[in-house]
Amino acid sequence: MNPSRLLSVLVENRPGVLNRVASMIRRRGFNIDSLSVGPTEDGSVSRMTIAVHVGRQQAEQATKQLSKLIDVITIEDITELRNVSHELLLIRMNAPLGQRTELLQVVNVFLGRIVDIASSSMIIEVTGTTEKIDNFVELMRPFGIKEVARSGAVALVRGDQVGISLPELDEEAAGGTRPALALATTGSDTTGDI
Amino acid sequence: MTATTTPTAAAPAPPIVSPDGSPARRLTGAEICLESLIREGIDTIFGYPGGANLWLYRRLPEYPQLRHILVRHEQAAAHAADGYARSRRGAVGVCFATSGPGALNLVTGLGTAYADSVPVVAITGQVAVAAIGTDSFQESDVIGSTMSVVKHSYLVTRVEDIAPTIKEAFHVARSGRPGPVVIDFPKDLQAAVTEFNYPEEPVRLRSFPAPPPPDPAKLARIAELIRQAKRPVMLIGRGVLISGAEEEVLELAHRAHIPVGWTLLGTGAFPLQDPMALQMVGFMGAGYTNKAVCDADVLMMVGMRCDDRVTTRLDSFAPRVEHLIHIDIDPAEIGKSVVPHISVVADAKTALVQLLPLVEPKREHEWLTQIDQWREEHPVHYVKREGFLQPQEVLEEMYARCHDEAIVIADVGNNQIWSALWFNYAKPGRFLNSGGMGTMGYAFPASMGVKLSNPERTVFCVTGDGGFLMNMQEMATMVENQIDLKVIILNNNSLGMVRQFQDDFYDGVQSAVQLSCTPDYVKLGEAFGMKALRTDRREDVGPMLDEALAHQGPVLLAFDIDPRANVYPIVPLGKGMLDFVEAS
Repeated sequence: MNPSRLLSVLVENRPGVLNRVASMIRRRGFNIDSLSVGPTEDGSVSRMTIAVHVGRQQAEQATKQLSKLIDVITIEDITELRNVSHELLLIRMNAPLGQRTELLQVVNVFLGRIVDIASSSMIIEVTGTTEKIDNFVELMRPFGIKEVARSGAVALVRGDQVGISLPELDEEAAGGTRPALALATTGSDTTGDI
Repeated sequence: MTATTTPTAAAPAPPIVSPDGSPARRLTGAEICLESLIREGIDTIFGYPGGANLWLYRRLPEYPQLRHILVRHEQAAAHAADGYARSRRGAVGVCFATSGPGALNLVTGLGTAYADSVPVVAITGQVAVAAIGTDSFQESDVIGSTMSVVKHSYLVTRVEDIAPTIKEAFHVARSGRPGPVVIDFPKDLQAAVTEFNYPEEPVRLRSFPAPPPPDPAKLARIAELIRQAKRPVMLIGRGVLISGAEEEVLELAHRAHIPVGWTLLGTGAFPLQDPMALQMVGFMGAGYTNKAVCDADVLMMVGMRCDDRVTTRLDSFAPRVEHLIHIDIDPAEIGKSVVPHISVVADAKTALVQLLPLVEPKREHEWLTQIDQWREEHPVHYVKREGFLQPQEVLEEMYARCHDEAIVIADVGNNQIWSALWFNYAKPGRFLNSGGMGTMGYAFPASMGVKLSNPERTVFCVTGDGGFLMNMQEMATMVENQIDLKVIILNNNSLGMVRQFQDDFYDGVQSAVQLSCTPDYVKLGEAFGMKALRTDRREDVGPMLDEALAHQGPVLLAFDIDPRANVYPIVPLGKGMLDFVEAS
């Protein structure tokens, strides 16, 4: 069992936000396993997927502290929700002609793709869970790994929960702190693990 | 970007008419900044000029409604702004500093304000936008350097953004759990010109919404727990003072007979003379408060963090409690150290106003009798050593002259705890100190802000000799502005609290705590042009205070106190709440 907690965070798409988020996690003494960030369907919002190496209670504290950042719009600890959490691996393999066939057999099993090929090496792309990527990298070792680049996990909760739901601004709101955290719900979860 | 120009001369362009026909003014960024501050109700700025904020200072004299206090070190500007805000509910303190070292000197002050939830807006000059990141002269990464000690920070990159940024910064500083905010303002934008329209609409941030109202079901449950409680105790913190919930706390305590203790920062929120009053809790709290907390079956914590100075050793805190209730505006404080059984995320006032109608009147006899007994067994007291002036005697004489009228700002160390325990604060906001960060050198500059914010009150700065020396350059500021402050130096020629810790917890080895070169405070004060007095004799204390209070203007009072005077009660390091040691 992976001890990481998976936080899905919507943040304002502004300079410096990544710094604030990473800094808060560091300051509270938590370790980041991986962090990935990218734009969403709303140009003003980015999604960060953060895997933090903490227990459940610490994750709650991390979540609450992150939630206080002015640039953090919503945050969910989705570890215990049904979610899809994938990362991308690019791996440059030592691939002389003699061992390519064997290498390709493993790549096929993992539904990987060859994205670059040269005389004695190739770059393979694989996506999937962290565990799957770990396993693939282990299987690649005997062939001779030259370079590895991994993206860190990106994740979405499964089900009909679609798109970004930003909190409604209360007309009366003269301001304040964040309300109780947006508690993640599985909703009508009909999809299975594909 | 077309609206932005960078004039070579400082003169603002003449007024123009905006596209919708209404008269709009074209102003420089510096003017917009100052105009915006006025619109936020600011009348006082503590600051220090330098290369990167000179356009602000170029325009400042044109706004006589903004009083600028030139401090002698930027740290003092931040502390003074803190004191200004902390001592007047709803006020926000403002400080200016230049880029690089100026901004970096603010960091301790911002951290102090952050730890105690004080709304301060710091406006720092920055090098020109194009020079940012080039390690240019006096450039520092202000946003990065202050990130962990501010509630939020802004780097302004377009002159059009300055007015909305200031508006938002004040909103963020004031609302919810207040805190300091930094605005980093490049110098070219201070000179750039744009149309000035201060945003009329209230700030609404999707990432910073108001908290929802307290859950009525939870409040009903709390009322029921109070009804059932046999040994209730309430602990209150600075949140009660920030939200103005003192009346509600008093009413709740009286209605349901709940004894009330407080944190260091909550001191003054509940009148000490009230029959329901306990005293300060925790590490250096009163023994009877700690006993009450440790015997309580229902413990209600309101507007406080419950930090390690409150709990002492965590497992010793409130061991008999069956229902721990925590009310605080910051959800991150709920469950951070102690996990409550029931919690409400709301400001203290909102929660208590809604809770009060649900609470049935109730009389406790056994519990209050028990507490009275503990109060008699463990009074907060000190031992008079013949031939030595005790710090408590000074505080008692101060109280005898000013009662509830004076505001006491304590520094950090033994003077802080003596000031908390030996003044019968009966009204809220009469005791201020750096409780969370514990910043030595805070009290003196902060007191200047307090006095300027509360000109009608007597303001005492109570400090040790160590803390005073950390920011004593502010004597110049005090005299220059004739800030009528009475500075009480409890001089023991040492770092008293550290010395006490070394004596009691570090094998009695005194290391680097003797301040053997102590200035002659009378000469020192006089060198800055102020009245200064000193004594080491008990019988001089009263007359000296009378003389100081009769004098209009700043006075330095040095009291050479018993070098062995300690803080009691105290829970030895690593021990639990009931292991407190009393004066003997």
